[in-house]
Amino acid sequence: MTALTIAKSINAGLRRAMDADAKVLVMGEDVGRLGGVFRVTDGLQKDFGEDRVFDTPLAEAGIIGTAIGLALRGYRPVCEIQFDGFVFPGYDQIVSQVAKMHFRSGGRLRLPITIRIPYGGGIGAVEHHSESPEGYFAHTPGLKVVSCASPADAYWMIQQAIASDDPIIFFEPKRRYYEKAEFDLDQEPDLPLNASRVVAEGSDATLAAYGPMVKTCLEAATAATDDGRSLEVIDLRTLSPLDLEPVYASVRRTGRLVVVHEAQRTLGVGTEVAARVTEECFYSLEAPVVRVTGYDTPYPPARVEEDYLPDLDRVLDGVERALSY
Amino acid sequence: MTVDTAVTSASGTAADTELVQLLTPEGERVPHEHYDTLIDDITADEIRDLYRDLTMSRRIDSEAIALQRQGELGLWASLLGQEAAQVGSARALRPQDHVFPTYREHGVAWCRGVDPAQLLGLFRGVDQGSWDPKENNFHLYTIVIGAQTLHATGYAMGVQRDGAIGTGDPERDAAVLAYFGDGATSQGDVNEAFIWAGVNNAPVVFFCQNNQWAISEPLERQTRVPLYRRAHGFGFPGLRVDGNDVLACLAVSREALQRARDGEGPSLIEAFTYRMGAHTTSDDASRYRLDSELESWRLKDPVERVKAYMTREKMADQAFFDGVEAEAEQLAEHLRTTCRSMPDPHPTTIFDHVYVDTPPTLRAQQEEMARYLDSFVDEKEAQ
Repeated sequence: MTALTIAKSINAGLRRAMDADAKVLVMGEDVGRLGGVFRVTDGLQKDFGEDRVFDTPLAEAGIIGTAIGLALRGYRPVCEIQFDGFVFPGYDQIVSQVAKMHFRSGGRLRLPITIRIPYGGGIGAVEHHSESPEGYFAHTPGLKVVSCASPADAYWMIQQAIASDDPIIFFEPKRRYYEKAEFDLDQEPDLPLNASRVVAEGSDATLAAYGPMVKTCLEAATAATDDGRSLEVIDLRTLSPLDLEPVYASVRRTGRLVVVHEAQRTLGVGTEVAARVTEECFYSLEAPVVRVTGYDTPYPPARVEEDYLPDLDRVLDGVERALSY
Repeated sequence: MTVDTAVTSASGTAADTELVQLLTPEGERVPHEHYDTLIDDITADEIRDLYRDLTMSRRIDSEAIALQRQGELGLWASLLGQEAAQVGSARALRPQDHVFPTYREHGVAWCRGVDPAQLLGLFRGVDQGSWDPKENNFHLYTIVIGAQTLHATGYAMGVQRDGAIGTGDPERDAAVLAYFGDGATSQGDVNEAFIWAGVNNAPVVFFCQNNQWAISEPLERQTRVPLYRRAHGFGFPGLRVDGNDVLACLAVSREALQRARDGEGPSLIEAFTYRMGAHTTSDDASRYRLDSELESWRLKDPVERVKAYMTREKMADQAFFDGVEAEAEQLAEHLRTTCRSMPDPHPTTIFDHVYVDTPPTLRAQQEEMARYLDSFVDEKEAQ
């Protein structure tokens, strides 16, 4: 067993993927000598050289666009977008080119590109550094979108993402980068990339979350036991495709679902989960699906972000609404 | 394959390029056949004013760094080393000109008359730009790299359509000044801004503070040629100026801005300078650059060279320097006091300016938040 933070787990996963496949490249702004602004790529350039780990010009469209070319040439680029809010200059290349290349080539072309995006708030940052843009990508056919919530998942999911022949948007919960846990680096992963998992069992209501909100929901579940409430927590892990079978199974037992994410509410991942659960579990539901999310505003200044972001109290408030319906 | 990063022509030095310099690092005035004519009206009083601007800009910066260390600000992007580039260019502006800054143009804000305490809100996390851009023709800070160069170009196209160029009226003809850094020159937005400005002959001056570093990436990661030379490919003039020389920055900016006001189109100024601090207070520059480089630039300090010049030319005595110092301390005190008393916004205000015409659905969310927050007040009262 090894105790690693999420950031170090991704680093270890990248290292292992690069060892396993000489075609894996790491590219982005400051990923080389600096090792990334969050040090996720720390030491990789030193160990794998400047051909495989390289600092790019400061241009996100260029990072994604050239990764497409590298992928067409047989490489497996892992692109780092420095912060969530800076993905948008590369957005056109992602949604118009990366997402559609396999489709429009009739399956002849594959783009095994992983786009790593540190995302989410709660770190007291200035604007464009705390956003949750996953919905834009999950809405785009051709992209697979995942988010890790634990060191073990970070370690395995980054390797599975790199091994995927479909392009993966890999959302990293930046405020959880330094959360540490023990896991076995050599034990094979128990789940494929695009699968969700129950992380706490319970019987009164179900919480579904991903990325940074998984920890919040686990804390809420612990707190709820004081009131004699038993909450099941599901880490969705994959946002596109969604893997909702564990959610359906859970809701059929609990009858109540609260979906939690930092991203804005309207047309967010929670909306899709609510719609599908309503379709699949209509007769099991004892209450409408509750969404506990960021509000429908731009991400606010840091001094009010704690009121914008779902926290333990807001999650429990959502549970209360579901239970008292 | 290894990329050859030893492209000296991209970074260059004062010696090996056509760099406009009017004041040496030692504070000696260097005659220049052309650019002397652009500043020959400068009086000793105005030199003293420039020195004051440089000192105040530096003091704003050092106080903000201190406030960040004390936890009063979440972040600060230091301008240390870039004072002359900012003051020299900004003092070439007229009131009707318009400025589009990045997030580091604290010295430009000062010259435009923005209360520097207002710059702190964004970094404290209480707002995202509290000054009225229309008041001083100084736009909000832009953090997404290079985006503002297109805004500046569009604004200049508006100036053009308003007939506010080429009339010869010094109070009417206007120019637009767009700031950005060396890293930004790689962005598509910046290259598109060059194209749009070029084909429209827009009255915009692109002022690139080449401080040599985009966080950890040296200039060689962005370019194989000196940045100013790119302008020619886009169809307008470009030049490199000593960015640590306030007189030279003033001279070249005056010329470029007047060219824009006269309807002669855009230009690119590459102010060759150095980021003496880290990228921001979150960055640790010792991880990627050498102290020796920093030391060599310390000898080119933009404030010290003006002080040396003034002393040499007997434009100022110790009493003057002491007076400016005292004024800078007063400004620092103003920043401290104002910053510490900046209240956190009420959470429900985040809904206020999402739209001009707020939809009822969003008002409902605002009320939902208010009810939720009130439920805690009730709990407290009940206890």
